[in-house]
Amino acid sequence: MQTKDINEQIKWAQINKDVLTSLENPRMAYWVAVGICVAMIACAVVAEVYQYQMGIGVAALDWPQMWGLYIGTFIFWIGMSHSGTLLSAILHIVHADWRKPIYRFAEAMTTFSLMTAGLFPLIHLGRIWNLYWVLPYASDRGVWPNFRSPLAWDCFAIFTYLTSSALFLYIGMIPDLAICRDNAKGWRKKLYTVLSLGWAGTDRQWRHFRKTYLLMACFLIPLAVSVHSIVSSDFAMSIMPGWHVTTFPPYFVAGALYSGCAAIITLFIILRYFFRFEEYMTIPILEKTCKLTFVIAMAWSYLNLIEFSSVWYGHNEVDKELLLNKFTGAYSPYFWAMLFFGSVLPFTLAFEKLRRHLPTMFVVSLLLNVGMWLERWMIVSPTLSLSYEPFAWSVQWPSIVQWAIVFGSFGWFGLLFLVFVKVFPSVSMYEVKEMVYHRRRANVESKAHEFGRRSSDPQAATGLPGT
Amino acid sequence: MSFKNILGDWAHYRRGREEGGFHNYEHKWGMAVDLNKCIGCNACSIACYAENNLAVVGPERFAKHQAMHWMRIERYWDEPDLEGEIPASQYQEQGASFLPMMCQNCMSATCEPVCPVAATYHTPDGLNAQVYNRCIGSRYCSNNCPYRLRYFNFWSYYESSWPAPLHMQLNPDLTVRDKGVMEKCTFCVQRIRVAKDKAKMEDRKVIDGEFNTACQQTCPTGAIVFGDLMNPESQVSKMWATHQVELGKTEQTKQNPQMRGYRVFEDLNTDPKVLYLERVREV
Repeated sequence: MQTKDINEQIKWAQINKDVLTSLENPRMAYWVAVGICVAMIACAVVAEVYQYQMGIGVAALDWPQMWGLYIGTFIFWIGMSHSGTLLSAILHIVHADWRKPIYRFAEAMTTFSLMTAGLFPLIHLGRIWNLYWVLPYASDRGVWPNFRSPLAWDCFAIFTYLTSSALFLYIGMIPDLAICRDNAKGWRKKLYTVLSLGWAGTDRQWRHFRKTYLLMACFLIPLAVSVHSIVSSDFAMSIMPGWHVTTFPPYFVAGALYSGCAAIITLFIILRYFFRFEEYMTIPILEKTCKLTFVIAMAWSYLNLIEFSSVWYGHNEVDKELLLNKFTGAYSPYFWAMLFFGSVLPFTLAFEKLRRHLPTMFVVSLLLNVGMWLERWMIVSPTLSLSYEPFAWSVQWPSIVQWAIVFGSFGWFGLLFLVFVKVFPSVSMYEVKEMVYHRRRANVESKAHEFGRRSSDPQAATGLPGT
Repeated sequence: MSFKNILGDWAHYRRGREEGGFHNYEHKWGMAVDLNKCIGCNACSIACYAENNLAVVGPERFAKHQAMHWMRIERYWDEPDLEGEIPASQYQEQGASFLPMMCQNCMSATCEPVCPVAATYHTPDGLNAQVYNRCIGSRYCSNNCPYRLRYFNFWSYYESSWPAPLHMQLNPDLTVRDKGVMEKCTFCVQRIRVAKDKAKMEDRKVIDGEFNTACQQTCPTGAIVFGDLMNPESQVSKMWATHQVELGKTEQTKQNPQMRGYRVFEDLNTDPKVLYLERVREV
């Protein structure tokens, strides 16, 4: 049974070779996957063009169900984007080095899910061609967006987060891009030469690099927390029952980390299988990710309980009725499914045998994300169907247009990710080397301790050429 | 909402909100609806369609809840008693109660702060205005309206609703809204403008009863009264003064036995400007 996070005897050249191989010669399966993604996007584009021509009515939105799957899926994708920051920035600061082989693709996931999420507010707008009015641009008429509106905050928060997480992803990749540059030919050589910014691996460059990276990590953490808090204030700032909940910001952030971690497990297994990254994406690392997901799942369940009990003890008739309706009304199958996938299913992550079984984890992680997607839908729709005004109580199911666009968004995310893994190294080479080095050194030191002598020069003891 | 409010005069702005508004209102247009007089005939709704160029969406879209009735008559039925009989069925209207609902033009409206482009805002007249040109159709205002009184143009209705020569009947005083725009009752703002302009030209104040809203004009029983709440002599002010029950007080200061005025969802603190006079039934 594999117990170590990484094979400590692995050679530097081997790491380079393994990762660089993943960039070469796409196999048939890759092109099939690209084809599927493009077909999914085509579905969404057709639906969107139709909706653009005809009006929002084709999405079967109505009075009072003005929002539907679009906003639910928007929150889902924003949520997905949080785990990358968790892995790369928070775990970087707390020196959890097991993140190193897997943080790169998690960060790419962050950027791409934000790019997917950003599409949904546009798609759901009635007059998408006037979108830029939400931006605070200087107008000769002195017209500004409404700075009191959570939707305007959303716009700022998402743009800021997207910019910073893309920068963070890029900065962390520079040393690896230099390795790619040294081994590439043709158009790739040109691309990596430009992107690696003349990286030569000098001490000075490394010093600056470390500082920048740490600075960006510190900058990104509060940003990640704030972005989903702001998305939650789309609901928490309103006065509707089921939305006007003070625990929404932590609830949303917990849900975001949860779905993100589940997505990391999914992609972990896919990449491990297709790129044969068994040496880097090892079972112990998967186990650690699973444990992290389990903790977050429990936190999410706890926040759910807080919400239910505060409604119960709050004695607000409308809130109470809405909660009961969620459990028993038209949306109840989905609500129970959400509770099952979100709170019961993660207990599979608590058992070592299941955690180490890849096919089980693959299915479980997908189902966890189904649960989280349902959660977002269950936040948006029941409140709209049953709020204060009894005359407006109605249930509305999404039309094929909405489903097509939601479906297509997964294709769009998939396509971006597929392009990424073939153009950029999806395992961080230099950080894996660092990790191996530190592990080896720790090993030698502990052995030296065992034999009762101190190694004066760990560099010599490990026999490594250094970074 | 401007930078001046945020930066310069925030304290005053906050205080103003608590007192029910930031502006020194010249007018505060308000309404009172006497439910004793309402017979649920829907004439007000029809008048609103004619006056405000409301799209007629057709039966299928009406069934899909996409109708655009700014003025709607809500109908509620008495709950059956334990024996399953409807106790009020002995009355003429068979246990139905009517509630004409139009935009309540709340003084602290929940729809206003949430619009990302400030397409809905409060006018110095105390009206809750909707700027169609500015609206981008995010539909947040409708979601945050506890009364659900905002209607969205889900489709482009111009050709289907007013095929030639019906487009000749459109009211030239206001626009026809295209798809993707939110709209709602404006208290017939076009009539208010005309009356105010006329009064300004003649250098006088607007006289109570000088103009009326389309629903008020059409109501056969005179259940709807519209006017200026800042003018203590207007009919609507008098109705508010005599009938409004103040919330949150165990004893009312007004000693009026007939006091039966309430505002819908008043406990949400939206401060609506439509007062409903409760229906009184003989038992």
